[in-house]
Amino acid sequence: MTARGRDERTLRGRVAVIGIGETEYYRHGASPDPEFKLALKAILAACEDAGLDPREIDGFSSYSDDRSEASRLAAALGTHRLRSATMQWGGGGGGCCAAVANAAASIVAGLADCVVVFRSLAQGQYGRFGQAGGIHTVSGERSYLMPYGVLAPPQRFAMRVQRYMHEHGVRQEALRAIALASYHHAQANPRAVMHGRPLDVEKYDASRWIVEPFHLYDCCMENDGAAALLLVSAERANEFRHKPAYLLGAAFGSGHRAAATAHNAPLYATASFDTVAPDLYRMAGVGPSDVCVVQAYENFTGGVVMALAEHGFFKPEEANDFLTFENLIAPSGRLPLNTSGGNLAECYMHGFELVLEAVRQVRGTSTSQARRSDVAMVIGGPMVSPASNLILGSEATI
Amino acid sequence: MSKPGARYLPAGLPIPVAEPDGLSAPYWEGVRQGKLLVQRCDRCNTWQFGPEWLCHHCHAFDPAWTEVAPRGRIFSWERAWHPSHAALKGHGPYIAVLVELPHAGCIRMVGNLLGDPEQAVAIGADVEGVFEHHPESNPPYSLLQWRRP
Repeated sequence: MTARGRDERTLRGRVAVIGIGETEYYRHGASPDPEFKLALKAILAACEDAGLDPREIDGFSSYSDDRSEASRLAAALGTHRLRSATMQWGGGGGGCCAAVANAAASIVAGLADCVVVFRSLAQGQYGRFGQAGGIHTVSGERSYLMPYGVLAPPQRFAMRVQRYMHEHGVRQEALRAIALASYHHAQANPRAVMHGRPLDVEKYDASRWIVEPFHLYDCCMENDGAAALLLVSAERANEFRHKPAYLLGAAFGSGHRAAATAHNAPLYATASFDTVAPDLYRMAGVGPSDVCVVQAYENFTGGVVMALAEHGFFKPEEANDFLTFENLIAPSGRLPLNTSGGNLAECYMHGFELVLEAVRQVRGTSTSQARRSDVAMVIGGPMVSPASNLILGSEATI
Repeated sequence: MSKPGARYLPAGLPIPVAEPDGLSAPYWEGVRQGKLLVQRCDRCNTWQFGPEWLCHHCHAFDPAWTEVAPRGRIFSWERAWHPSHAALKGHGPYIAVLVELPHAGCIRMVGNLLGDPEQAVAIGADVEGVFEHHPESNPPYSLLQWRRP
């Protein structure tokens, strides 16, 4: 390697996704399988997709304190050996792309050769994100929120979005367009939990408030299932069954004091990508106009508005004009968004279903294929710290 | 809201207590006495809330606790309808506000906006603090709530 090659610290073009797999996606509490079994099923499905012997996996990467622990997975799968086990700290679904970045970094650094990145969730087995129960006393961050009914993610994020809408004049219709696009794409996707359950303007407008400014359809589902992908070094990318999807860039983190307790972040009305989006574009060597299709984590549609603006697809003041149903749908919208149905309508696999969908877009196998899909972006859970994002590309893009 | 037992939200929500290491104990003891105490670094005068062991500006340890007037203006707000806790089932909507304190470095704190839960709420509106005491609770605690003057 040349001196310059050694000195260039990047993930660009160094690793590729060679297999993806998921379980059936269920309503929360409806999985017949326990969480760990779901994780195993998704990992084996990804190996089957790639044509890889699962025993060759030598690294595991996940996020949000996934309970399917790496060493137990390695023992269950009978892997030859374990060389990398990486957990992204904090941030919930904001870690869905960071887990891929950490796996990629392990491979590029020579610590591991074949890393599986995954998320498994059985909310029936372990309790729902959307309900706060069984807590008598609270301390720290939660003590400044929960006694006032700011209990679960909808209440934790609504004030942030309300402030953003106030500062930039964003209307409810912009949020609605995001929900409509996700549900539209889910109708073409037989994996989607909301397949066969379309949404229209009237149904959205008539739906109950969860917390203003979020209607029911602005909020993600809660689901059971698991999803996984396999990463190997770029040198091996063409040894497997499918067209590889190369990692062009990844980034994670948040800005100055983004996690200051009790909503005291200096920059409050943000999706946390103010510093992270520029890092991603710098590594990937592309700009917003090069991105063909985006999967953006919908914890709440308002977070998607902020995240897309922070990635430079429009200025906050242009959100109402840009965020229309027609602009957001495949194949030919200006920016096809959440083409599997995403967290709103495919499955709330904590955002990992979005990463798998970006791989499908690069492969050309989505059920709502974008007309151009060589460069596919994923934006992880907005409004959290650390947040994360990534860009995948076809072989032609590296 | 000063008489014992008057509360904005029903009983049964999590009760705030200081961490085992005592970081926020002065704040919670303060509200029990009807005082709002927040951190202000006695070396560089930086305001800080929630509390931390270190001043985020100058890195002096143990920022001093200072009493400030409980008044401010609404920085953001939300009206919650869905009960995310069993204690809220059947209760109906309630308003949470994020209040900034311009006289204390614009630190922010979350509370409820007292009064009609379906009232119109304006970002930028002035609010004043109201202490909500629960001496009968186990453990006892107090909250700082807000109302339009």
